[in-house]
Amino acid sequence: MTQTPLVEFENLKVRFKGERTVHAINGLNLSLQPGEMLGLLGESGSGKSVTLKTLLRLLPPKRSELEGSVRVNGTDIMTLSGNALASYRGGDVSMVFQEPALALDPVYTIGDQIAETVMRHKGIGKTAAMDVALDMLTRVRIPSPERRLKNYPHELSGGMRQRAMIALALSCRPKLLLADEPTTALDATVQIQILLLLRELQKEFGMGVIFVTHDIGVAVEVSDKIAIMYAGNLVETGTTRDVIRNPQHPYTKGLLAANLHGVVKGERLDAIPGSPPALEEPPHCCSFAPRCAFAEDRCRSDLPPVTDLGGGHSVSCVLAASTTTA
Amino acid sequence: MFAYFVRRLLYVLPVAIGVSIICFLLVHIAPGDPLTAIMPVDATAEEQAAMRSAYGLDKPLPVQYAIWIGKAATGDLGKSIATGRPVANEVFAAVKNSLLLAFAASIIAFPIGLFLGFVAGYFRDTIFDRIVTGFAITGVSVPNYWLGIVLVIIFSVNLSWLPSMGAGPGGSGEWAWDYAHIRHLILPAVTLAVVPIGIVARTVRALVGDIFSMDFVQALYAKGMRHSDVLKHVIRNAAPTALSVMGLQLGYLLGGSILIETVFNWPGSGFLLSNAIFQRDLPLLQGTILVLALFFVFMNLIVDVAQAAIDPRIKRS
Ligand SMILES: Nc1ncnc2c1ncn2[C@@H]1O[C@H](COP(=O)(O)OP(=O)(O)OP(=O)(O)O)[C@@H](O)[C@H]1O
Ligand code: SF4
Ligand SMILES: [Mg+2]
Repeated sequence: MTQTPLVEFENLKVRFKGERTVHAINGLNLSLQPGEMLGLLGESGSGKSVTLKTLLRLLPPKRSELEGSVRVNGTDIMTLSGNALASYRGGDVSMVFQEPALALDPVYTIGDQIAETVMRHKGIGKTAAMDVALDMLTRVRIPSPERRLKNYPHELSGGMRQRAMIALALSCRPKLLLADEPTTALDATVQIQILLLLRELQKEFGMGVIFVTHDIGVAVEVSDKIAIMYAGNLVETGTTRDVIRNPQHPYTKGLLAANLHGVVKGERLDAIPGSPPALEEPPHCCSFAPRCAFAEDRCRSDLPPVTDLGGGHSVSCVLAASTTTA
Repeated sequence: MFAYFVRRLLYVLPVAIGVSIICFLLVHIAPGDPLTAIMPVDATAEEQAAMRSAYGLDKPLPVQYAIWIGKAATGDLGKSIATGRPVANEVFAAVKNSLLLAFAASIIAFPIGLFLGFVAGYFRDTIFDRIVTGFAITGVSVPNYWLGIVLVIIFSVNLSWLPSMGAGPGGSGEWAWDYAHIRHLILPAVTLAVVPIGIVARTVRALVGDIFSMDFVQALYAKGMRHSDVLKHVIRNAAPTALSVMGLQLGYLLGGSILIETVFNWPGSGFLLSNAIFQRDLPLLQGTILVLALFFVFMNLIVDVAQAAIDPRIKRS
């Protein structure tokens, strides 16, 4: 009686071609149930944005090669094109970008930008769409929403812009919301407000949410599940509780030690010595081995196995494998 | 918006006065005595002094300026030394012809420039982009009087398709809206259009290319917009800058066509200006430069106001 997962990545691989090949995602497996909020964590370049863009089919088609499958609500999204793709984007799945100042069209009013989306997906007229826009702006609790309808993006503060962006993203009631570092560009106090708002709307609308963050504290605060990404793959996934209380992967442990128990909440995930590998080749062993204090020979010769610890907690490390099998 | 317009208009006033002073000084500081052009070589010193005071050239410069600008404000730019006719009449007839030529060139140049620029920006780094860019650079760098001469040799001399001199049959200076006159407009207008085609195309190409690589374009796709909707957004974003480039080009076309008007004997302001310079016709020179300069100022005003009207990012309050 398992539900159809909202999102299901199966062995996803993404390669960018160009002067230099980048193996951005290397065999990612992940699933998310409807109404779950997942925090995606990882260092810069680990492939978080690429994962989200793959979900919206936003990668440049000529320069990227994809393998594996991605299903949303049981539909293989790799096969979508034309009108089906356009109504999937923004209708079923929508996205909140990191920098709302850049993601909103500077010469259209906020109202027009929301209404345009609603008209596109719901096939209703401009007046009705403007009513939806006003309702959405009220829901994200923007001050004086009527006025904001007629404002241009540059006339709003950063926090208000991000609220407007959220209103836009939610205006067609998507089943899945993607948020790529939705608060990084904002002041610390505004960040919390926006996150709590997202969490609240997520519950109200019953959406699934995947949000990317560098801030472990933030992820712990709002998410049901956490996935830790390293060099284009997940190293550990599980409920927030399991991952925080019982981290298994050395990388996760390092992150937690450096960020959660220290006072450096809000800092970027850079406290582990060393730097992530270049992604010119697909990995043939554990990508974390050069930085890992527990690395053994087998870590450098084979890909580490993925171990299911139960309750959706899975880890990709030889250490976890030996504790369960031994 | 209205307040913005009024404020912008007020800014224009000091600029216009500054421009008139510069026009005046340029002409007066230029070497050579304007009197030598009109006096017989054997004129006595008294005759010269009489002529000098007749034209007011004996008074101090500030006084001369005050008299000149005071009259100019009422539309009196003095009389041409060479022909004796009122400068205002000559200048306005010429400006009318130049405007005609400038508009004809714009009608050719702007649609072509916009189209080429947009397509090149859209297909950036493709072979089409390279062709357009190459064409634009060539168009901007080739001396256009040379191009004019080449066109005359091909279409007037060799093929005898189009006339090459004047604004009407027999090289007349009187314009009329009929085929015989419009034929005269074609070669100079095409020649004049080449540089603005290049400039508009290059500007729009860079603009459109930049806009397409901006985040909001991806965000538009992300919210399910079709390609045609995205194009609409891109055009709307490019419009203010494209418009201002075209407005300024129109200004340049009007003032910058001296050589073209000379090559084609087009009776416009550039032609008038070059005559005034060679004949050292001081009132005519001053008057022409003043009118052209004020036209530039005015053009800038229109461009700014139009840009503010369509670009919400420009603060109007
Ligand atoms: N369009 C692209 N073309 C080529 N390489 C790309 C492209 N997009 C991403 N990459 C590469 O893919 C890798 C993963 O990038 P991604 O943007 O997903 O990282 P990220 O985890 O989101 O990092 P950050 O925290 O800095 O946002 C990087 O090495 C990046 O250079
Ligand atoms: S597989 Fe080996 S190298 Fe990789 S994280 Fe586990 S112990 Fe460290
Ligand atoms: Mg990113």
